[in-house]
Amino acid sequence: MNLATFFLRHRDEIFRATLEHIWLVGAAMLLAVVIGVPLGILVTRRRWLSNSILGSANVAETIPSLALFGFLLPVPWLGERADRLAILALTLYALLPIIRNTVAGIDGIDPAVRESAKAMGMTDRQILFQVELPLSLSTVLAGVRVATVLTIGIATIAAAVGAGGLGEFIFRGLAMVNDQLILAGAIPAAVLALTADLLLGLLERRLRPVKA
Amino acid sequence: MSPDSSREPVIEFRDVTYELPQTNASTHGRLLRDLNFSVLRGETMVLLGRSGSGKTTALKLINRLREPSHGEVRVEGRSTIEWDPIALRRRIGYVIQEIGLFPHFTIERNVSLVPRLEAWPTDRTRARVKELLNLVGLAPESFLERYPHQLSGGQRQRVGLARALAADPAILLMDEPFGALDPLTRDEVRREFHALQQRLGKTIVIVTHDVSEALILGTRIGLLEAGTLAGVYSPQEFLQSADPRSKAYVDHLPTRSRLEESL
Repeated sequence: MNLATFFLRHRDEIFRATLEHIWLVGAAMLLAVVIGVPLGILVTRRRWLSNSILGSANVAETIPSLALFGFLLPVPWLGERADRLAILALTLYALLPIIRNTVAGIDGIDPAVRESAKAMGMTDRQILFQVELPLSLSTVLAGVRVATVLTIGIATIAAAVGAGGLGEFIFRGLAMVNDQLILAGAIPAAVLALTADLLLGLLERRLRPVKA
Repeated sequence: MSPDSSREPVIEFRDVTYELPQTNASTHGRLLRDLNFSVLRGETMVLLGRSGSGKTTALKLINRLREPSHGEVRVEGRSTIEWDPIALRRRIGYVIQEIGLFPHFTIERNVSLVPRLEAWPTDRTRARVKELLNLVGLAPESFLERYPHQLSGGQRQRVGLARALAADPAILLMDEPFGALDPLTRDEVRREFHALQQRLGKTIVIVTHDVSEALILGTRIGLLEAGTLAGVYSPQEFLQSADPRSKAYVDHLPTRSRLEESL
């Protein structure tokens, strides 16, 4: 049986797993943005928090993913549902690039622009929402893009704790020494990553501020 | 207005010392020392000094981008630290060499920034923006919708001035406002500003290292040397002063004969 007929025969299963995968990554990214962007903003306002916030995100990034899923398994509320656990673990991985790019985006704004904003009597909140965030949006989005591609890859490991997704095929294929099964997980995951990269890249370019 | 209102001090520096935070004040941290002077209503005070003389810091003390370590800066009779900084800054126009236009805003939005913050009615804001662009010599219909990066340096500096004047502040602070322009454009914008200055009647503080600029634009010149005020002069007095510190500047004025000598 060649790969094409294998894919065709299992298309429903592959489609379902792909949707699960998108759900895991999508939810994790949403959480990571909701948590990471404000943390990044906080770092630009309270520099002394920089080491602890970026440091913690860095540490999370260095934990091997399989181990992290394992560590979280016995945690009461989390361990109850595999997808819950997977989403949280993926969020932790996605945080670092998002926090770091938020800080870099805001720090990269021409100091003269920020000084003018302040000197004209804009409040800190007005400077943030009308000047800093619009001008750093493309950099933040670049972070989201890196994090998304990263997370799509790591999410295949979520199958190890039973969270589903495309990793299921990969783990099954590994256990059965079946290349076609492995590819049934790997190829859609790669396509997802490339598509996300392309789309977010396009969006990022559209949002890139003009250079003064 | 009372007959004396033109002699009323709008900005007063009283024993102002500014030290950089977190540095050893006895060595390099002290940027300004015991500054005393006042700026009267409607006059243009030029703070002249070399880079590192503390002139920019002195300017930032006025709109409370910095706060004095000792002494006080009074604006319209109140110490800057008693003012709500937002309210204070909205009454003071600020123009800097780097201009700092918002790259993501059109010229219209850049100029209307403070009126929008002050929630002016749309009609009034729009009319004001047009009036200002005309004032600084830019045709509104061809500039309103453009972005800063589409403008030349001279045009951007005019927009910067229009933005600073938007809410009709009584005080205008300018830090090397013409410094980044090429000499011909600089002369042109400066000449126009000089004409505007007479019409607007604002209290203006200009910081510059350029003696000719100080002599042309200033009604008085405050000479800053290493964080202290060496003296305050009228342009005439400055030219004739025997003080070696001001003479050093005058002696470097590029007259034509001096330029020809050096060729």
